[in-house]
Amino acid sequence: MAEFTMPSLGADMDEGTLLEWLVAPGDPVHKGDPVAVVETAKSTIEVECFETGTMANLLVEPGTTVPVGTPLALIGPMAEKAGKPGRTKKPHKPRKPAKARKPEGPTEAEKVEGRRPVRPVPTEGEPSEPPSPPHVTVPVPVPVPTAARQPGRIEAVPLVRHLAEQSGIDLETLHGTGPGGRVTRTDVEEAAAARATARPPRVRATPLARRLAAELGVDLTTVTGTGRESAVRATDVRQAAPGPSAPARPSGATPVRPSAARPSAEGPLEDRSAAMRQAIAGLMTRANRDIPHYYLSTTVDMAAAMDWLHEHNRHSPVGERLLPAALLLKAAALAARNVPELNGFWTDDHFTAGEGVHLGVAVSLRGGGLVAPALHHADALALPQLMTALKDVVTRARTGRLRGSEVSDATLTVTNLGDQGVETIFGVIHPPQVALVGFGRVVDRPCAVNGLLGVRPVVTATLSADHRATDGAVGARYLTVVARLLQNPEHL
Amino acid sequence: MNRTDALDMVRESISRVIPDADVGALGPDDAFRDMLEMDSLDFLSFVEVLSERSGIRIEDEDTPRLTTLAGCADFLVAHTQ
Repeated sequence: MAEFTMPSLGADMDEGTLLEWLVAPGDPVHKGDPVAVVETAKSTIEVECFETGTMANLLVEPGTTVPVGTPLALIGPMAEKAGKPGRTKKPHKPRKPAKARKPEGPTEAEKVEGRRPVRPVPTEGEPSEPPSPPHVTVPVPVPVPTAARQPGRIEAVPLVRHLAEQSGIDLETLHGTGPGGRVTRTDVEEAAAARATARPPRVRATPLARRLAAELGVDLTTVTGTGRESAVRATDVRQAAPGPSAPARPSGATPVRPSAARPSAEGPLEDRSAAMRQAIAGLMTRANRDIPHYYLSTTVDMAAAMDWLHEHNRHSPVGERLLPAALLLKAAALAARNVPELNGFWTDDHFTAGEGVHLGVAVSLRGGGLVAPALHHADALALPQLMTALKDVVTRARTGRLRGSEVSDATLTVTNLGDQGVETIFGVIHPPQVALVGFGRVVDRPCAVNGLLGVRPVVTATLSADHRATDGAVGARYLTVVARLLQNPEHL
Repeated sequence: MNRTDALDMVRESISRVIPDADVGALGPDDAFRDMLEMDSLDFLSFVEVLSERSGIRIEDEDTPRLTTLAGCADFLVAHTQ
């Protein structure tokens, strides 16, 4: 039985809220299928499955916030119906938000480390897994939740610990009836059953509503929820709060972690953008603190590229026209293939090259903030395909849903602020990537061409790179390749 | 196409691309692309919608004339006569 865990959808994500299951127990699932919708501070994301088999148990209920790595569901072999009887009959209690159990956030290294193992990058083109794998590897239970306890104090075998974890039972509150006072599986099951009858049903509420309720002293059970399935939302809590409408964040409070302030996707826009701001703040602060950036810049003659582009567009239906951005992105992707030292991740004090060029594209959102979804294998896409993929991903970033692989797979990010009118941009690297490419606006400038002065369209291409991973010579090579590629647009 | 129809078509096309845009607040000579923070993809979509609705093929070279409501309307009127 394989575990489907809360994925790390980017270096800035410690936890996520499961919004919706897209499959039911018993449904067949295939590697790459979207199976759940997860909300992070930045966006709502469809998360794909990395196993082929049958969805057995759903361990976490919609509306629950859990740390990265927490098992969300169990996936059984293809042929099997719904796991073994007995275990599957008993519905799992929804997991409690695990914030309280974590005495402190994971260290930077843990965050970075955590990203890789839980999100194996799917290699496209790789033969798909056999439909009925005889053995599905069971990932080792993620140690995050148990790490907070002092191991050794409570005697219990790992299986029992895991069960307690899943049932939301604190082992330290149990009296072990096993040999030597060991806590047995029966002890945990009895405690879970007792708690289920003793406790009132958990109120459905968004994470922000829960936090606000705690801050404002509002009893959630007394609040009428107006959210989906009567979930209590932040606005409901504010209305229920005594006194004039209380501020969302009391002054003097300790800075809230980005994840703790996460509102629901259905929450008010200002809450959502505040959470987005904090997520960006956290990640960019870390990037500037940890990454010794170096910056390079060059001016690229765009005459050939623009001529080619206008010619192409003259002969194309409006819907198939290309933008300069498509050419710039393609050149950036091909150059990354040429200079693989800039295409990948810096983790555990060493560089790991990306498997394929997955170009992150910085997309500014209308309500503020930005996301950088990946165009997978951008170096292998023909320009019309790349343009279609770009339109699709930008539209979904702004209005709909991105896929988990899109928000976490990027191996190199490009920011194209030319649209906003600036000529040069020196960006901040998105960890754990090691470089960020910037393109400004294509502008007409006087240029020396073949000994004569002419007016040519030019673009300023920049590179912010991680000096731990590369030196300036590598960065210079990259920008030179970008400039050269743009001189032969027909080969892009 | 008269000028009023043309202006309506331009406003509707903008609304299609940016549904929450307050097109009523746009003056005829406002640079709507800047005011609505339309990026090049938004603008391309706008050109696509406008071209589709008016039946006029709009070239890259025409787009510098399409920066204001008045400019767009003039362009449409000129090309349907």
